[in-house]
Amino acid sequence: MASAERAAGATATDHAGRSLRTVQLVSFTVGNEEYGVDIMAVREIRAWSETTPLPNTPEVVRGVINMRGAIVPIFDLRARFGMPRTEPTKYNVVIIVSVASRIVGILVDAVSDIITINEDEIRPMPNMEQVSGLGFMEGLITVGERMVGLIGLERMFSSRMLEAADSAGNKPMLAGPSESTGAAA
Amino acid sequence: MDDLAQFKQTFFAECEELLGDLEGHLMALQSGEGDNNTLNAVFRAIHSIKGGAGAFGFDRLVAFAHIFETVLDLMRDGRLEPTPDSVLLVLHCADILSDLVKAAQNGTELPADHENEGRKSLIDLAATVGVNADPHAADDELAALDAQLAAGGPDALMEAAAAPEPAAAPEPAAPAKAPMLKFLVKFTPRDALYQRANEPLILIRELKELGSFLAKADAEGVPPLDQIQPEGAYIKWEFEIETDKGEQAIRDVFEFVIDDCELEVTCLNPPAAAAEAPAQPAADAAAPKPEAVTPAAPKPATPAPAAAKADPHAAGDGATAKPAAAAKPEGGAGGETKAVRSIRVDLDRVDKLVNMVGELVITHAMIAQQTEHLHADQHPELANGLAELSHHIRDLQESVMAMRAQPVKSVFARLPRLVRELAMMTNKKIRLDMSGENTEIDKTVIEQLGDPLTHMIRNSCDHGIENPDDRVAVGKPPEGVIHVSADQRGGRIVIEITDDGRGINREKVMRKAIEKKLVAPDATLSNEEIDNLIFLPGFSTADTVSNISGRGVGMDVVRQNIQSLGGRVHIQSRPGQGSSFILTLPLTLAVLDGMVLKVGIQSYILPLANIVESLRPEPDQINIVANQSELLRIRGEYVPLVYLHRIFKVPGGIDDPTKALVIIVELEDSSKMGLVVDEIIGQQQVVIKSLEENFDPIRGVGAATILGNGRVSLILDVAGIKHIAENESQQRPSPQARLAAPALQASA
Amino acid sequence: MTKRVLTVDDSKTMLQMLQFALKQGGFEVIQGENGQEGLDLLEANDIDVIITDINMPVMDGITFIKELRKKPKNKAIPVLILTTESSQSKKEEGRSAGATGWIVKPFDPGKLLEVIRKVSP
Repeated sequence: MASAERAAGATATDHAGRSLRTVQLVSFTVGNEEYGVDIMAVREIRAWSETTPLPNTPEVVRGVINMRGAIVPIFDLRARFGMPRTEPTKYNVVIIVSVASRIVGILVDAVSDIITINEDEIRPMPNMEQVSGLGFMEGLITVGERMVGLIGLERMFSSRMLEAADSAGNKPMLAGPSESTGAAA
Repeated sequence: MDDLAQFKQTFFAECEELLGDLEGHLMALQSGEGDNNTLNAVFRAIHSIKGGAGAFGFDRLVAFAHIFETVLDLMRDGRLEPTPDSVLLVLHCADILSDLVKAAQNGTELPADHENEGRKSLIDLAATVGVNADPHAADDELAALDAQLAAGGPDALMEAAAAPEPAAAPEPAAPAKAPMLKFLVKFTPRDALYQRANEPLILIRELKELGSFLAKADAEGVPPLDQIQPEGAYIKWEFEIETDKGEQAIRDVFEFVIDDCELEVTCLNPPAAAAEAPAQPAADAAAPKPEAVTPAAPKPATPAPAAAKADPHAAGDGATAKPAAAAKPEGGAGGETKAVRSIRVDLDRVDKLVNMVGELVITHAMIAQQTEHLHADQHPELANGLAELSHHIRDLQESVMAMRAQPVKSVFARLPRLVRELAMMTNKKIRLDMSGENTEIDKTVIEQLGDPLTHMIRNSCDHGIENPDDRVAVGKPPEGVIHVSADQRGGRIVIEITDDGRGINREKVMRKAIEKKLVAPDATLSNEEIDNLIFLPGFSTADTVSNISGRGVGMDVVRQNIQSLGGRVHIQSRPGQGSSFILTLPLTLAVLDGMVLKVGIQSYILPLANIVESLRPEPDQINIVANQSELLRIRGEYVPLVYLHRIFKVPGGIDDPTKALVIIVELEDSSKMGLVVDEIIGQQQVVIKSLEENFDPIRGVGAATILGNGRVSLILDVAGIKHIAENESQQRPSPQARLAAPALQASA
Repeated sequence: MTKRVLTVDDSKTMLQMLQFALKQGGFEVIQGENGQEGLDLLEANDIDVIITDINMPVMDGITFIKELRKKPKNKAIPVLILTTESSQSKKEEGRSAGATGWIVKPFDPGKLLEVIRKVSP
């Protein structure tokens, strides 16, 4: 929960003396689902632009873009969820985030909201979800009628993003600490 | 001790500079271009090294530098004529000095007799004009003292400075408690004392600090007011001092004025033990203290000349008796605090600047591209502004690159010595010519150029240049020549090492390559290809082991080093006439010369350094071996074809090589590969961008760059591409295809 | 008032060591690389003590002292020469040029300060 802790924008104390940390999330949609990332990690939000593909990388890697002179890789979140790749239009959005010391982009459908919640409103993921290769999900938040999945960026982008496959047939994948089988196709 | 470490860093950095300059001066002397200024500069360099070495207690270095300095002093005074022989000796001794500096720097110990021969020769040379350069000789004790003091460090210096002079001091040497004695001091200044900015009042102040003090001024000598000279000395002084610090302390106060005054120091109540020792005449006793101190170190009983045998090792080596104080190796140069015209800047900052300028170049290209459709006559200011901006950016880029650039001189400077040593070791006569030393090249390149250059020179000396007899036999002058040149040609630096030796023995090289299974026995190779076999890993013609740094390292390492710098190296040989190593290097590592290639819907950058040639093959040049592997036959050689669009899985690439373009690339292991691409778009200089800053390494891709349209383009890594190609071909049922190919396959 | 020492030496090591020692002693330090620079710096600054090497390029220490002593305003500035010379001759030459005293290299920082005190008011 490192990112959530860093995100503690304000700290209040309720009657019981409990520390209530507020967390701000940028929420976005991929298909019909809504997800959120810690706003403190978000560098900028930009419209989709054509990437330069990287050879022999998995589906989730859309390639790299030039962001003011830095070469920034873009990941397709839809593909990450095991769905077919996004077919991006100019309405698609790339959320540029900083993870560890790296800058990466996440391709999503659209940004929907900025959500402010208390830390204790984050509910843990049901166990079943973890088994199915969504180990990067940090928890679930209910906002009104909507359910928002909180993405742990550190979990999604481990320091080695691409487990380079030395032996043929072992397809490189986006690494997540709690998964050994690829969620990507 | 941080300061000490820092001083040492500064010292060694300075030594390196001085030794580099020294080499240049000595070369000038040798070629007869030197004059007295050159000799002066040589002297000063040795002198400075000695001075610093003394401060740090590198006594072995000090001892040698001292003798060296003495001989050079004789030379610059004209007492010794700089003959070819003596200049050669000086050169040799400069090498020794350089060894001693290095040993001191690394904290290593050279063999005890390392400098003996040179030392003896220097002493002998000085002796020819009647000068004893041996610091252990009785008339020359200060250097020995310096060395002795320095060996003990500053503390020893302090002790020695404070210790009473054994011969002259009347009081007992080391009583636990010094007796309180009363002295009468008669002091009569002369005019000269004032002219040297000395001041009796300061002396009085110092005397007062020694103990109870009474001063009497005798103003009888003061002339009438109108005759007083402003700098005249008219007053005589008498002081009575009661002190436990001894007579020497009093004399010390007058250290600097002793020749500009009359001084008498008398003990009024001498202790019984010292009563018999008569007060020494002032002039003698007041000589500056250090000279009078007898060194405690035992003098070598037998100086060099007594060694009758020719064996230089038999020469006395008193100077080496003490191990040099070990210095911890310190990386980098010390931060100097000089108020001069240059500043030291962290290389990171310069690199950042280089990067920023790279960005600027790209941004400019983008703006230019986006405004292309505008008519210049409708937007004259914009067009002019852009043109001007372009001009400024180019200037800026050059200036920034120049900040990282250094003349190759700093690498070339070590070559003369190398050649001398190699010549000596191989009993050959070799002259080194150099040109283009002022050619500038990126600092990182310079730093990594030393080793490969050394190896190539070594190769030329070992294998190229013949023995004098052999040379004469084939009608060559007995002295071989190695020419090293640097030159800038079209955005790259070209360094050539040419010898006039025997050239490459192709038969022998071929035999060896087959023997080592580097080449198929039935392979037919062009002369040039045979010559360049020496760069293959596992190929080493080094039959003789020489003592030069980097022994046992083959030419493959040289090639690797050069290629890791983005450069190339190859050899050209003319049997019987000699060989040339030709190195081309990029001016900077931040920018790369690349070829823009189109493959399907993608474009890539291929480093120019990898490209041998490109061609559109004829159908009969393509041989299909064992089902699938395609080989391109080109001038009798078979080169495997690799389709870039297949390797990178790019849709839309041309599959028929006779309709596509084959780029023959050369890999680090000298193997070749025919890269099949759709077309070449053009040549371009690109700014290298790291892919790994935000992503993981990708096989086949070395780095990225940003093109004028703002898009990212990938820079190819041919070794990675080969690796992918080989792995994929292994999955196919024809693994023997490559083995059958008579190309220069080294181990994969 | 901080005293200002002009150090003149072509060896960076020596300049740095002098500076270190002098700063410890509370002196302000101005550095020159040869006699000519020394003269220029002397012209531009108020100097209390001068420490100079003998063997230097461009202008040696002996010439430097001779030159500086020609100006009345420099007559009273103590000048110490740095020497490793084993013979008396350099000191003599320095003295006849107008040097006030000398410091034998290698020097101890404490000794250096002592010598400066010995010649400066």
